[in-house]
Amino acid sequence: MENKLKEPFMPPIDRVDGKLKVTGAAKYSAEYNIPQMAYGVMVGSSIAKGIILSMDTKAAENAPGVLGVITPFNIEKPAGYNIETSGNISATKKGFNVFDDKLIRFSGQPIAIVMADSYERALHAATLIKVNYKKDSFQTNLEKAIPVVKPLEGNAFKDYTRGDVNAWKTAPVKIEAEYNIPIEVHNPMELHAITVHWETPDKVLVYEKTQSLMDTQEKIMELFGLKKENVHIITKFIGGAFGSAFNVWPHAVAALIGAKQINKPLKVVLSRDQMFMNVGYRPQSIQKISIGAQPDGKITGINHEAISMTASYQEFTEGIVNVSRMLYDIPNVFTRYKIYPMDLSLPTWMRGPGETTGAYALECAIDELAHALKMDPLKLRLLNYSDTDLEKQRPYSSKYLKEAFEIGSEKIGWNDRHPEPRSMPEGDWLAGYGMGSGVFIGWRGGAQVGARFTADGKLLLQSAVTDMGPGTATAMTKLAAETFGISPDKIVFEMGDSSLPPGIMQGGSGTTSSLGTTVNNATLSLKKKLFELVKNKAVFHTETIHDVKFEDVVFENGQMMLSSDHTRKMSYSDILESAGLDNIEFIEETKGFNNVDYSTYAYAAHFVKVLVHPATGVIKMEKIVSAVDGGTIVNDKTARSQIIGGVVGGIGMALMEEGVVDNRYGRWVNNNFADYHVPVNADVPHIEALFVNKPDPILNPMGSKGIGEVAMVGFAAAVANAVFHATGKRIRALPITPDKII
Amino acid sequence: MDKKVTTPIHSSARRNFLKQSSAMVALALAPPTILKAGDKKVEDQIAGYFEKVPVKLEINGKAHALSIEPRVTLLDLLREQLHLTGTKKGCDHGQCGACTVHINGKRVNACLTLAVMQGGNKITTIEGLANGDELHPMQEAFIKHDGFQCGYCTPGQIMSAVACVKEGHAESDDDIREYMSGNICRCGCYTNIVDAIKDAKKGGKSL
Ligand code: FES
Ligand code: FES
Repeated sequence: MENKLKEPFMPPIDRVDGKLKVTGAAKYSAEYNIPQMAYGVMVGSSIAKGIILSMDTKAAENAPGVLGVITPFNIEKPAGYNIETSGNISATKKGFNVFDDKLIRFSGQPIAIVMADSYERALHAATLIKVNYKKDSFQTNLEKAIPVVKPLEGNAFKDYTRGDVNAWKTAPVKIEAEYNIPIEVHNPMELHAITVHWETPDKVLVYEKTQSLMDTQEKIMELFGLKKENVHIITKFIGGAFGSAFNVWPHAVAALIGAKQINKPLKVVLSRDQMFMNVGYRPQSIQKISIGAQPDGKITGINHEAISMTASYQEFTEGIVNVSRMLYDIPNVFTRYKIYPMDLSLPTWMRGPGETTGAYALECAIDELAHALKMDPLKLRLLNYSDTDLEKQRPYSSKYLKEAFEIGSEKIGWNDRHPEPRSMPEGDWLAGYGMGSGVFIGWRGGAQVGARFTADGKLLLQSAVTDMGPGTATAMTKLAAETFGISPDKIVFEMGDSSLPPGIMQGGSGTTSSLGTTVNNATLSLKKKLFELVKNKAVFHTETIHDVKFEDVVFENGQMMLSSDHTRKMSYSDILESAGLDNIEFIEETKGFNNVDYSTYAYAAHFVKVLVHPATGVIKMEKIVSAVDGGTIVNDKTARSQIIGGVVGGIGMALMEEGVVDNRYGRWVNNNFADYHVPVNADVPHIEALFVNKPDPILNPMGSKGIGEVAMVGFAAAVANAVFHATGKRIRALPITPDKII
Repeated sequence: MDKKVTTPIHSSARRNFLKQSSAMVALALAPPTILKAGDKKVEDQIAGYFEKVPVKLEINGKAHALSIEPRVTLLDLLREQLHLTGTKKGCDHGQCGACTVHINGKRVNACLTLAVMQGGNKITTIEGLANGDELHPMQEAFIKHDGFQCGYCTPGQIMSAVACVKEGHAESDDDIREYMSGNICRCGCYTNIVDAIKDAKKGGKSL
């Protein structure tokens, strides 16, 4: 029997942790009260590059309440430090261990942790440290780095060629343009925080903001040479992350070292300004796209080159140009990706990493081509729709982007759009419609789920996964309820603890696919176990069926019943009771899926209407419709919130987000919410999130492809294209601020 | 504590003075065993004592007589000393609204006010909004409309939303958007937050 989700689906459910969140009872990593707990405050370097000659920490050490100050001059290095930096590895692969040496690699690099018996005392003492540096010249300006710095080499940077790289040049209609995206910063609302409690010298309990319990546990094991069972990570709630919580960042390592040294539980919370340089960001990018097409709109060739950055001490790569290889049916493709090491902190994945960056350029370029062809941009996209993955030379497991286009364009009223730019005034404002499509890979990793079904009809599921907000426990509860045939309120999904059966990281839109498959398989196993217990019972035997097979029964409303005769049934509880069991308990494990015969992608079709005020340059998001092909939607209510959230991220990217570094000093200029603008309520209209909701037949039993990342991919392009339609101005450097309009 | 006492007294000169003078007092008064310790710890304890100021606050209907350093913000008092961690810290600079509480019924960023300035005031935090097990209508509405994802901005949004309605600033969608713009939600749940506030207001129950 297949354990597939069937229509009619169970109605969407409210968040299972909703009550904890609205009452303030949900606990995040800085919110555990351990007796005797001390507070740690990080001190950052005030120069961008150089070496620390000396540090005067006396005043800090003598300040009231101070328990210890750790710097590169007095650190007791954990065992793992030596292993990591030894060997013959290139500078950009080495990484950087906090307080390991006296080199400064970026402005704000942690150079000390000050620990005291109260937060205020630690904060004050941290201001008393004096540092003497020898400064080096540095490079934080990507444009300036390009001619003088050598880009990184390696497999990730090989050019991709399909067909004739010059095809675009010889086409009758062509466009060429450059697109710029500044640094963007995740800025989850929760400040990154860690609380460390060494229970014995070789056993540690850690409350940490992490998207991956297993990776964090492993990293800490390696660093301190600890056994797995002695590294206990708890992450019950994460206040947003969007990619910033995969790494065990320097402040977390400092907290682990510090707590050990003062022999007290220790809490370290970054300040908002520290969040800009210590927990990653979306790297700046410069992209050049050239496209050639026939006059009828058929694209003949594309060239997509991207330049981006990483830290001088560690390589970070993402798939910026990949979208151009597969989103459209283009025979001739050339892509190139180069990154330059800079004297900045390490960038990291930020929502829709790579794809969001690449799709911004590609989807703007497509709009530019449509304009050059005098063709409707939606029509151009349909004309070049790809039905097979030309890059990987294989079919798609499913692709319903056309359907997404259809429902999205219908809802926004795309047909009312006059093709000419600046042709739709509304009072003092200029209206404009724009669209952009998004794509993100669907995949499935392995995961374990513990299951315990008890005679009182309750199902407990457990897995070491964390949830940064999308609602993993809610989706898994709904999925289990649906596949096992019991009410969601009889199910508890427990997570956020490394001692549970190993789950999967939360990222890359893979949680529902990976974990959901295991939950799905667990309920199937459970049904089989129940079946085995009672298959010989008379109640399931009819005149025609003497030998009941698993295929002959269904499981609904807490009852196993004969498909052919629903009166022949037994409740799950009765089944356990009749077998003399209190519960059934097991661990379900599902291996990852190596999708070799098909390509699986989720898609988004974003449509927006903007109003632009030509005199002041103010842009108002007037209407937004995002239609998504994410395969089966497990829980519509929380899934819609994910789309809305991705779209709001896209509004920020399009209209306001810009990390500014003062290149004279290599320091952040706008490292706070007053200066680094993110969308607030007044910036956001009522967003319509729509789903095609058709199952993918290959990736997993639910048919879900993932939605969290794709929600943002291509959105900024839709806004930029709408601004062009409204004003006739093509603004290629994000964010599109009023000064660029007037 | 008297509301007038708002002068910050945390200059390091004063602290050092306190430390020295208090050590002398300690020398005179302490039994010999403590004297032997004669170390930083004792000084710290005494300095800590002199650095603190008595404050009386009412938090979620409960009277608190506290002794706190003048530099402690209301937010840190709630989170770190009273363990009322429902009130969140998102910026510590009055830029995000995660720390919104009610002081005498008005919404205030708890990170922007020192606890010693609130003597005699009535403070309500998210923990004090529900009536026992019965959620406040605004909390219900946030669940019903899924007005959050990660939940970190949520206590601040809800406290702000309750005040927003009471102020008469929730008369239209645009009104709500404007008057809720001091509360950032990085998960981007604004559409649902507006729906929740409208619904709670329409529900007509006393907010
Ligand atoms: S923490 Fe108070 S406004 Fe951000
Ligand atoms: S729900 Fe995550 S910041 Fe608002």
